[in-house]
Amino acid sequence: MTASASATALPPGLVAPAAGRSRRRPALRQAFLLGGVLLLVAIAWEALKWLAGDPWRIALGAFTYTHRPPFTLRIASDISLPHLWTIVGTLFEPVPAGPPLWIFLTGAALYTLRTAFVGFAAGALLGLGLGIVFVHSRFLERALVPWVVGSQTVPIIAIAPIVVVALGANWVSVAVVATYLTFFPVAIAAIRGLRAYDQRAGELMRSYAASTPQVLWKLRLPASVPYLFSALRVAAAASVVGTIIGELPSGIPEGLGRAVLNFTQYYVTSPERLWATVVACAMTGLVFVGLIRVAEAFLTRGRHRPAAF
Amino acid sequence: MTPDTSRPAAPVVEIRGVDKTFATATGGVTALEGIDLTIRAGEFVSLIGPSGCGKSTLLRIIGDLTGPSAGDVLVNGKPAHRARLDRDYGMVFQAPVLMDWRTVSRNVELPLEVMRYSKADRRERSERLLDLVELAEFGDRYPWQLSGGMQQRVAIARAFAFDPALILMDEPFGALDEMTRERMNLELMRIWRETETTIVFVTHSIPEAVFLSTRVVVMSARPGRVNRVVEVDLPHPRTFDTREERRYFELVTEVREALRGIEEVAVVDEVIDARIRAEGIA
Repeated sequence: MTASASATALPPGLVAPAAGRSRRRPALRQAFLLGGVLLLVAIAWEALKWLAGDPWRIALGAFTYTHRPPFTLRIASDISLPHLWTIVGTLFEPVPAGPPLWIFLTGAALYTLRTAFVGFAAGALLGLGLGIVFVHSRFLERALVPWVVGSQTVPIIAIAPIVVVALGANWVSVAVVATYLTFFPVAIAAIRGLRAYDQRAGELMRSYAASTPQVLWKLRLPASVPYLFSALRVAAAASVVGTIIGELPSGIPEGLGRAVLNFTQYYVTSPERLWATVVACAMTGLVFVGLIRVAEAFLTRGRHRPAAF
Repeated sequence: MTPDTSRPAAPVVEIRGVDKTFATATGGVTALEGIDLTIRAGEFVSLIGPSGCGKSTLLRIIGDLTGPSAGDVLVNGKPAHRARLDRDYGMVFQAPVLMDWRTVSRNVELPLEVMRYSKADRRERSERLLDLVELAEFGDRYPWQLSGGMQQRVAIARAFAFDPALILMDEPFGALDEMTRERMNLELMRIWRETETTIVFVTHSIPEAVFLSTRVVVMSARPGRVNRVVEVDLPHPRTFDTREERRYFELVTEVREALRGIEEVAVVDEVIDARIRAEGIA
């Protein structure tokens, strides 16, 4: 705690202590922090059910006890809010004519992640490309940026079927839907980031008679990296959402989108399966964001400012 | 080796009747008026004067970072714009302006990369230059791992890396403490003599200007004019003891006298500074 606090409090110009142990500890602390929050949510969840859920029978060997909550709230019923152990338990039960749910969901998540990655990569390149064009042309910036912003006001749920009909019910059109959600944050961050370089560094490049591509490549792009990565993390999460939404009208059976559709239909009889799917969707997004975070750490190694999560 | 002011060398900078006016909301502000100055090869010329005398603006005009409103600036006999495209000069600012994603040696290599030097040549030059500024063992560090004075030495190495005929320095030691500053002055003296470059140096500090220069150009503000040029006839090499010589004190006094009576007009300064910033690199 104190070691890392003094490391961040060092005035610029002083040599900071060597990285390594001091860097790994915050990660461990972060893990504990996240675990702690998860535990608190679980306690609150079950406490609500204890107070206002449906009655449940607790069996410990021969001893059984039926708990009758003093209040009744619809949001705490077993249909709205299944017990956490029911959700975890359902992961190990087989889906109809298939493997256990957790294997099914992992497969679906990997399939969705693959499509999301393609959509994300295309969106990131498109967003960065647009940003580069806009910072070099005020005219195009003024003409096109309002349309770029406008594109994001259209609900993705309305765009997805249009794309699927136009491009066919395949993973490519799903990736296009993900691209649609992904390019925007990257484009906006690129416009800001590519302008965020030190003006004197710009004069320095000018004094070297550097070409526009050289200024872009050696100054503007490296200076925009922190901006780009905060957008890429948002974009990674958005690409997973976009993919799942794109999978709904496309009828692709392998992805998380179909799982969401399926388990929605069986929600009244087994809500825990949809809940498990929701967790799978969230985990997929988190894994993707985590991969981006690793890429960022690799690309910005050596830089002074450690990028915030 | 020792610059010989009696035998005129080739002119590196020729400034003829330069005016500079900045447009403001309330009309034009004249930053520079009727500047005539010739700087010859191997000279170390300091521009000194109160804030707002346009000394930084003059430096930026020489470097073609901004243009004059009237008059001509020739660098190596060419218009300043041509000289910039020919990469005739290196710049050092008050801040080191190092790129925090590049190691120290890669920062020194930046102009060489832009100018498409070969990899071997870049390596050789950055090693030589870092050796010159006594940072040989810091090439693999990142800028933030160095002190302010060390960072500025990296910036100096970077400016000298491609052997420009002319080095333009805009208060390079202004942000350093007095002790570091004096040491940097000695180092710059040594580097200037070893590389035989021409240096134009903007400063607020009279002792610094006298210690470093072959000539001190004293400017007055509102409008910026050349008030007086003081020839510094202190012998070379200049050392720590130079600052205790009688002649040194006489020259410091002479520059101080020339500066006396020149008022600082803060408001005008700020308007001009804001203009300079706004003009940016457009």
